Amino acid sequence: MQTYVFLATAAVSVFAALRLVTAKNLVHGALYLVVALLGVATTFLLLTAEFVAWVQVLIYVGAVIVLLLFGLMLTRAPIGKTAMDRQQRLVAAPVAIGLFVVTMPVLWRYFDGQTISYASDTGNTASVGSEIFTNFVFPFEVVSVLLLAALIGAVFLAKKD
Amino acid sequence: MPVNYVLAFATLLFCVGVYGVLARRNAVIVLMSIELMLNAVNVNLVAFNSVAGLTERFAGQVFALFVIAIAAAELGVGLAIVLLVYKNRMTVSLDEVNLMKW
Repeated sequence: MQTYVFLATAAVSVFAALRLVTAKNLVHGALYLVVALLGVATTFLLLTAEFVAWVQVLIYVGAVIVLLLFGLMLTRAPIGKTAMDRQQRLVAAPVAIGLFVVTMPVLWRYFDGQTISYASDTGNTASVGSEIFTNFVFPFEVVSVLLLAALIGAVFLAKKD
Repeated sequence: MPVNYVLAFATLLFCVGVYGVLARRNAVIVLMSIELMLNAVNVNLVAFNSVAGLTERFAGQVFALFVIAIAAAELGVGLAIVLLVYKNRMTVSLDEVNLMKW
């Protein structure tokens, strides 16, 4: 049952991602990214990672998309269809397809037979939270400093002078 | 559910993101494709977390949370750079910011 729901979600998400990278209307591209990110959040739910799924919806769909739309509007993205893409399109497609063709058989053959284990964890969120603050507390503090540095950097770069 | 399917989904998203970074002209669309690649990595991490047999039982999910935080920080700084480029050159087309090309 989970397999069918996951295959449907993955199909929708990959279709939205393909429409994002071929979108002529840039704001439509941002909206396709919303669909792709919601598909990834549903995948997290299907893998019993509900805290990561909710953080994904809050931060990515909530904040990152709004920031990208602001960026599109502030840089006067053409509302409506734009001109064609770069000339490297003919080289980029073989690169992307080649990367997939090289990576996928190795991954498929190596992880064949292993299945997702739906362990009976009552309260995934509490476990992830306690693990962050006991085993991973040092990376947590470092990420806080990183966010502070990024905040100061972004404000300094974008201020009017 | 076999874990192969989730890995295939993550690899597909990553390769679509690679195509978006290489083939699009607008800098904001390139940033969106980078976010797509980071999400593919997150799907991979959470999938490996669900496969049985980790000593630290939620390392994959914690790592995915850190990747989300770092991606948000990188996007903030990246958009600030894009706005500065727009302020100076009046364009965000990556074809036209080529002063350092030989």
